[in-house]
Amino acid sequence: MSDISDTTNRSVASADKPKASRRDFVAGAARFGGLVIAGGALASLARGSRSEPTVWQIDPAKCIQCGKCATECVITPSAVKCVHAYALCGYCKLCFGLFKDKRTGNTLAAEDNRCPVDAIKRRFVEDPFYEMFIDEPACIGCGICVKGCNRFGNGSLHLQVRHDRCVNCNQCAIAKACPSQAFVRVPASKPYLIRTLRKS
Amino acid sequence: MSRTVLRLARWTERGSGTCRSLLAASALWSVLLVSGIVPSVAWAQEQKKQPPPEFTSGYFPPTPTEPSPRADTFAYIDVALLAAVLVLGTWFVFKMRSRTGVRVLVVFSALYFGFYRMGCVCSIGSIQNVALALGDPSYRLPVTVGAFFVLPLVFALFVGRIFCGTACPLGAIQDLVVLRPVQTHPAVDHTLGLVPYLYLGLSALLAWTGASFLICMYDPFIPFYRMGGAWGVIAFGAALLALGTRVGRPYCRYLCPYGVLLRWASALSRWRVRITPGECLHCHLCADECPFGAIHPPTPAEQAGGRQQARKGLIRALMITAALVPLLAALGYAASPTISRTHRDVRLAERLWAEERGRVRGTTDETDAYRQLAQPFGIAYARAVEVRRRFDVGSALLGAWAGLVIGGKLILLHVRRRREDYEADRASCLSCARCYMSCPVEHERLGLITLE
Repeated sequence: MSDISDTTNRSVASADKPKASRRDFVAGAARFGGLVIAGGALASLARGSRSEPTVWQIDPAKCIQCGKCATECVITPSAVKCVHAYALCGYCKLCFGLFKDKRTGNTLAAEDNRCPVDAIKRRFVEDPFYEMFIDEPACIGCGICVKGCNRFGNGSLHLQVRHDRCVNCNQCAIAKACPSQAFVRVPASKPYLIRTLRKS
Repeated sequence: MSRTVLRLARWTERGSGTCRSLLAASALWSVLLVSGIVPSVAWAQEQKKQPPPEFTSGYFPPTPTEPSPRADTFAYIDVALLAAVLVLGTWFVFKMRSRTGVRVLVVFSALYFGFYRMGCVCSIGSIQNVALALGDPSYRLPVTVGAFFVLPLVFALFVGRIFCGTACPLGAIQDLVVLRPVQTHPAVDHTLGLVPYLYLGLSALLAWTGASFLICMYDPFIPFYRMGGAWGVIAFGAALLALGTRVGRPYCRYLCPYGVLLRWASALSRWRVRITPGECLHCHLCADECPFGAIHPPTPAEQAGGRQQARKGLIRALMITAALVPLLAALGYAASPTISRTHRDVRLAERLWAEERGRVRGTTDETDAYRQLAQPFGIAYARAVEVRRRFDVGSALLGAWAGLVIGGKLILLHVRRRREDYEADRASCLSCARCYMSCPVEHERLGLITLE
């Protein structure tokens, strides 16, 4: 074993070739230079305390609910889900996230339901108000309810990347396809852009 | 101020056809923007249409949950595991000379970096993060991504491409399918070997300008690790794997952009794979065993007049390079408007311009989304001009780079290197440790046979 490690650890060029030893010197110098450059470049790029990992998120102000979140994500169903910012909700008597524009009655029948996968549910609060909530495992992130809520309601329903599902691809596949450039990199310590009431 | 406007207007002259007027208008806008005449406003407004009711039952609206992303610590664990695999790989390749050990690491990398981490972030892709961090000051390179970029290169500076042989998930999947490799013709190797350099240049340009992460988009093996992806990429990956059963690791040799950087680092490496533990018998068994064509035979004795001829060839190659670099740089500059269309801001501005002038019918999702923001179009145009300016520089550099690469290849073809024995080429050896057991001297060392 020991004799092998000796041969393998020996410098490749033997000493009796002067040309090779000059080459060795040049290689050594270049190696040192490479190390300095690599170290320096890394230090300068990673400088500053804000050099933390980023994650992808949807800016709800830019989202146009094109439906690509449901189809472009590398995982199925998409890591993008509808999120309900309750603080903004108007508790409309007829929730436009839940019901279709033309409904047959105030029921949860499928033909009246806007959601294609029945992922938007309601919970009775007090007459006549219901609290809407999303069944996240079922939600496919198509944004159809978001469109309804934005059009007629307060826009409390909106799409967000859910980080318990997102694999945080270096290049988000949805971001690449997003027509409104709503996908942005945000610091991992503040990974959501959930709508809040505007403070004025 | 007016001088700036004039300069911008003159600059836009070189845009072609429809672009020219677009550029002129946007140039003005960019000046206005920069000078702060048009303040950039937060356009998004939260409008409350329906006030929330007064609840009598004491109900209070809950707050939405925010499941946190994968903790930062795990990223550091990834880096530590990468380092561990590289150290172990070095030990297996250089001390143990064990193909089995390397194979275990390959399977581990495929399972952990591949299937578990879904191939992201990888050292190959980290090139783009580095390029983006160089080009976009608002993007900071995460320390862990930087480590993924630098660690394999630092290892390569000392022990060669250990990363390729053990830690790379893209290499791992290909290494596992090398079944009956054939030797490729050197001409094929030399020609296709240029592709990674061009791929590196193009992907660095696109990342630097913020257009896209080309390497990630066309990563052919990620669909296997993620068990899903675009059909085109799946087909591409399947084709590469099928090819990989006969031609060892086609992606690594003919596409991988990170391989270019590793080649450079590895060419300077302090130590390298020594095939035979003793004296080379010149049996060429190792060269037959290497599926990647990385083992070169001893150079034949020099012929009379060979040196003269080589010098002539070298001078010719140098002259070709000198001509090629400016030529391709000019070509790159001329192609800049086309290449810049990979950037969404440029596409959006051109489409908006065409729609406004009635040159095209209808609107796209992109232009609809922009109109919905109710921003002046000038902002989009100005952004596009900014991007195109960067593409002008970048495309010219890319052209020059292509010229350098092709010329450099021609030059290297005329440089003779003397080899006494069968040797692993430092730059292209992937440290897979396959060759060790092909060497009869190794068999003797292990006491399996006795040589006369």
